[in-house]
Amino acid sequence: MAATTAPTRPAVGEPAASRRGFGTWLRENGLLLLGVAFIAVYCLAPFYWMIVSSLKANPLLDNSLIPTNPTLLNYREVFSSANNFQYALRNSVIIAGTTTIVALLIGVFAAYALARLHFPGKKIVLGAVLATAMFPLIALLTPLFQLFSNLGLIDTYPPMIISDISFTLPLAIYVLTSFFSEMPWELEMAAKVDGATPGQAFRKVIVPLAAPGVFTSAIIVFIAAWNEFLIAFTMTQTLASQPVTVAIAKFTGASRFEQPFGTIMAAGVLVTIPLVIVVLIFQRRIVAGLTAGGVKG
Amino acid sequence: MATETVRPARARRGGPVRTSEGARAEARLAFRLLIPTGIVLAVIIAYPVVRALWLSFYSDARFGTSQFIGLDNYVRAFTGSGSEVFWQAFWFTTQLTIVTMALELVIGFAMALIMNKAFKGRGLVRASVLVPWAIPTAVAAKLWEWNFQPDGVVNQVFGTNIIWTAGHWSSFWAIVIADVWKTAPFIALLVLAGLQIIPDEVYEAAKVDGATAIQSFRRITLPLVTSAVVVAILFRMLDVLRIFDLPFILTNGANQTETLSTISYKESIQNLHPSYGSTLSTITFVYIILAAFTVNAIARAEVVKEGS
Repeated sequence: MAATTAPTRPAVGEPAASRRGFGTWLRENGLLLLGVAFIAVYCLAPFYWMIVSSLKANPLLDNSLIPTNPTLLNYREVFSSANNFQYALRNSVIIAGTTTIVALLIGVFAAYALARLHFPGKKIVLGAVLATAMFPLIALLTPLFQLFSNLGLIDTYPPMIISDISFTLPLAIYVLTSFFSEMPWELEMAAKVDGATPGQAFRKVIVPLAAPGVFTSAIIVFIAAWNEFLIAFTMTQTLASQPVTVAIAKFTGASRFEQPFGTIMAAGVLVTIPLVIVVLIFQRRIVAGLTAGGVKG
Repeated sequence: MATETVRPARARRGGPVRTSEGARAEARLAFRLLIPTGIVLAVIIAYPVVRALWLSFYSDARFGTSQFIGLDNYVRAFTGSGSEVFWQAFWFTTQLTIVTMALELVIGFAMALIMNKAFKGRGLVRASVLVPWAIPTAVAAKLWEWNFQPDGVVNQVFGTNIIWTAGHWSSFWAIVIADVWKTAPFIALLVLAGLQIIPDEVYEAAKVDGATAIQSFRRITLPLVTSAVVVAILFRMLDVLRIFDLPFILTNGANQTETLSTISYKESIQNLHPSYGSTLSTITFVYIILAAFTVNAIARAEVVKEGS
């Protein structure tokens, strides 16, 4: 198997190595390996440093690359009565989760129309969606803040969920539309020809086909909402509603002038690790969702 | 059903069959499906934008009254008492945008070229590229604030002794480095997607014709990847021009490092001047639109030039 694929891609991995020796292979791929190492170090070193710092009892005095006495002290501090990070995590899950569900529920209809139906002004609608996805949040902030203040909703979830829809809905439509345009819709008709009712065709053919795209869109939208800072910083006051991004920015230590960086890094690791795991599992799909529209222009 | 089987080609391309009657029904359905989105975006986006524009023509309430003052708020920002802060933020944001975009394009392009070469462990590289993208900007800002501490890891690794957040230009570079780290990988993904639609046969044909690696890069790769790069540039430009989280957390505007978004936020929310704050955010918004149109127009002109 490997031998048959080797001729078309001579520079790849083991087949070439076993035929011509490791030295030749290394000479041909050395530069590439160096490049790969560069990318990995560039992307992962700061993240690694965040993890390492979070495991040190006193990271300010200890710049060693590997923690000599790893400790979970900082992680305990994250959930101590001074920081109560569990509430921020709860808030983030509720805000980002609700935002994702609402954005997808509304976005699915629009994306279906944009990907599947012909109607006048389609290009304009698509352009408008893309434009709103790139909207500067700051331009919406003051009126939204006034509105929610007047309604007495500051420091509750709705202001953040509603405001986050302003950028997550266009994002959802954008990603969903690119997934829907690539779906083999003719299978729906094939099912009908084979005697399926419209309902059966939808449940047994369309839903399973669309599910991966919808799921990937949900991940991308969830990450966008989970990472939001400006709206949340404006609309919240206490841990009753503050999401993780705001809580981390506001962590305070024993002294006002010395930030508890070990604790901050531990909290950063806690909010990032779940995202990184999800991203690693679904990387291929996420990359497709992020870039599909971009290539088509 | 009968009409569907008569014209399978149309059906295969997507969408039910189009007769004039069918087309109207289809447009009606599309319209209905788009209504929820239209309403939601009108309420959450159109209303605040119009309201902010409206506010910008009024004075900030003193003792409870707010008066129509025409363009006075804009005059104040451009040439009046607010001009020093405004122009600092304007130029700082513009410099940030140009420098980060240039660095991100170069680094992102290099990463994309590396990733495009087929090799084992491509998944690993793609996964690591997604890590900076997935980290919340607020967390990344804290991480870099930590890295840029006087005794921090950046100074140690590079053998420098810079107090990064103490000066204007060192703060500028701190923000640039943090932003480039987080988003160059994203550019790499966009460019990579563009590279992957170039078929291998094109390169092989060029090789057979005796083209050098540099020639094929200049004559094949660059022109064919242009549209992906333009999209990447537009995305990034719109993103950096509205940059808030990173400078707000990393320097909080110290040493003339305010951006257009941070001064708008501070006026509106912290200083409780919603009218003047809305003026600043409206200017920011208009600036972003103008910049996007300009880049788009230049890009189109370039594509046309290369096409002819």
